[in-house]
Amino acid sequence: MSETTATAANDRGFWGEANYPGIFGWIFSTDHKRIGLLYFWSVLTFFCVGVLLGLLLRLELFAPGETIMSAQTYNATFTLHGVIMIFLFIIPGIPAAFGNLIMPIQIGARDVSFPKLNLFSWWLYITGATLAVTSLFTGGGPPDTGWTFYVPFSAQTSTNVSLAAVAVFILGFSSILTGLNFVTTIHRLRTKGMTWMRIPLFTWSLYATAWIQILATPVIGITVALLFAERVLGTGLFDPAQGGDPIMFQHLFWIYSHPAVYIMVLPGMGVISDIIPVFSRKPAFGYKAIVVSSMAIAFAGSLVWAHHMYTSGISDMAVMIFSFLTFIVAIPSAIKVFNWLATLYEGSILLDPPLLYALSFILLFTIGGLSGLVLGAAAADVHVHDTYFVVGHFHFVMFGGTGMAFFAAMHYWLPKIYGRMYDKTVATVAWGVIIVGFLILYISMKVVGMMGMPRRYYDYVPEFTGLNQLATVGSWILAIGLILMFVNIIHGLFKGDPVEANPWGGASLEWQIPSPPPTENFGEEDPVVTHGPYDFKKAGIL
Amino acid sequence: MSGHVHKDYIGAKFGMWLFLFTEILLFGGLFILYAVYLTRYPQEFISAGSELNVWFGGGNTMVLLTSSLFVAISITALRRGAKTLCLRLLGGTIACAVIFMVNKYFEWSAKISHGIYPGSEHLKELQPGEMVFFNIYYLTTGLHGLHVVIGAVLIAWSMFLIKSDKVNADDFVILENAGLYWHLVDLIWIFVFPLYYLILH
Ligand code: HEM
Ligand SMILES: [Cu+2]
Repeated sequence: MSETTATAANDRGFWGEANYPGIFGWIFSTDHKRIGLLYFWSVLTFFCVGVLLGLLLRLELFAPGETIMSAQTYNATFTLHGVIMIFLFIIPGIPAAFGNLIMPIQIGARDVSFPKLNLFSWWLYITGATLAVTSLFTGGGPPDTGWTFYVPFSAQTSTNVSLAAVAVFILGFSSILTGLNFVTTIHRLRTKGMTWMRIPLFTWSLYATAWIQILATPVIGITVALLFAERVLGTGLFDPAQGGDPIMFQHLFWIYSHPAVYIMVLPGMGVISDIIPVFSRKPAFGYKAIVVSSMAIAFAGSLVWAHHMYTSGISDMAVMIFSFLTFIVAIPSAIKVFNWLATLYEGSILLDPPLLYALSFILLFTIGGLSGLVLGAAAADVHVHDTYFVVGHFHFVMFGGTGMAFFAAMHYWLPKIYGRMYDKTVATVAWGVIIVGFLILYISMKVVGMMGMPRRYYDYVPEFTGLNQLATVGSWILAIGLILMFVNIIHGLFKGDPVEANPWGGASLEWQIPSPPPTENFGEEDPVVTHGPYDFKKAGIL
Repeated sequence: MSGHVHKDYIGAKFGMWLFLFTEILLFGGLFILYAVYLTRYPQEFISAGSELNVWFGGGNTMVLLTSSLFVAISITALRRGAKTLCLRLLGGTIACAVIFMVNKYFEWSAKISHGIYPGSEHLKELQPGEMVFFNIYYLTTGLHGLHVVIGAVLIAWSMFLIKSDKVNADDFVILENAGLYWHLVDLIWIFVFPLYYLILH
């Protein structure tokens, strides 16, 4: 890891070598970098569609009553918005896109353990996505259940929930295979000297995430399979008329879907943990604590699912236990936040775009996390359950957290992959606009939620008009920021100035190879690692 | 990937084991539902469960155990170079899978001819707990049956690779993994059998 390879600016690395001509060199490639880019662009496409739907939701809420769409259309729109954002953007987002691009390089491997399986996962992802889109136009029309598919409504509605359930099953399978591949890779393919305590924190976070993907996803698989069977075969395991219990659906759903929020956020935390030391020129403070807290989150996060069900009729005892456990999970997350701050403290800080996005992660995730505790406390939750406070909360953690981490990762690693740099000033301006829009949009939602506005309605009482209009204006500002950011980065990746191997001064392995990386990442010899991922002195950066 | 084709046996088996965990958790959802509904409707579960035929279930248990034994021996046979023996044993496994499914076919047909199947008129006249029992019975054994078929396909595929010497005495991890999968199919049945056929009598 000690010597930095100089790059010939016109050497396009893995871009130049494909096994098949044209597009087939991508969609049939087993190179982890190509698969990572396939994921990146597909995920990004769905993100943009999701944002568009979100903007439409906000437009409908600009004034009370029917503004641009009917109640039924609104129901379908928020369902689609949720399904796309959860299953097609945020769950595969960082692990499948950036995990594939970067993780094997970070541990000194030439690829993942099962390259063909990796390609298969992407095909499953595309199949699932296609089915989800097909469900809009076939059967009884677009599903209108919300992304949570709660029975009994989801079992009875005439809309095309069955096909959407199949889509979710397939997407889950894709996620499982990625997780399985990553765990095996991290166990088996670390290069010489890459001990467990020298693994970069991003890869560590993927490791913890991959375990959750493996252990939790099968539960959503069986849950949606049972929903499918209930709709198609009439096996009413959740149908009270046949002795079933709808609450069991909620249990099974959240046994997956709460751990899934850590599938969403842990990789984001990993990105932040990798970026902050580099831009403070200081080793990560509390490396071990961050590692242990990732694993602790993965474990404790699987024990708190019923905090989504305080008002669903579970016993008071259960409410108290789950409330207590929920507060416990906040501890490892807080440990990370304190470690990041301690890393920044007295560092020589470089305010480049990746760090800016990372800092906004800390701010927004902390606000979101603290409002999560309001919801975790059973007494307060009864008041705000199913209001816009919840909508504000999860956008803060998911969008403000993982979304920002995704943007940070884009600005941090894509120059490495493309070998070109975007315009940093524009990236900074875009960041500012995004933050302003974001805060206006979601703080308004939280306030109006506190005042009692319920979620999932296309209409509201006139008293809420002001705050809703503010939120909608915020969504426009946010959209402008996003457009600016994407245009800038995409333009930079294709037209920007060539970039050297180590533009940010990182000490982990991905910065020691040329930009863009060569096909098998490393030359003839496998790299030998002699120091930790944030040892800037030994890496010769300080 | 050019050049660096290196086979990582431990890695391949490790990956398979992880996959088996996910299968267990998939069935885990059904076992949880079984446990919850059994606690809620103990009487109805017993009255409905005693209608299942222990001989069908027991017979199929023997069939699956035998098939697992065949797979285990077949791997040793291949390692010792006895290719033909290995293929015969794997053929035996597939035969067992077929017997299992035929058995299942008769068992299900008998139930269905009595009007007991999801959504049937007769089922709707039963107690709620009995309805739950039959629904979960069909779902669990159905999902398991599906796994028997998948397992048999994997075994058949390994046979094909053994025939063409792509899987051989030095390189047999595909057979081992197919075998692991088959043992999982067996293992899950070992839980299904007592839960549905034995303890409710
Ligand atoms: C410009 C960006 C966005 C806007 C304007 C927006 C707007 C909204 C609105 C207004 C709702 C509430 C609908 C209702 O309850 O009536 C909603 C729900 C939701 N949003 Fe967003 N959103 C945006 C981005 C995101 C992102 C990035 C994610 C995830 C990473 C996300 C995930 C969700 C989910 C899961 C729901 C719940 C859907 C349901 O109730 O089933 N959104 N969004
Ligand atoms: Cu939760």
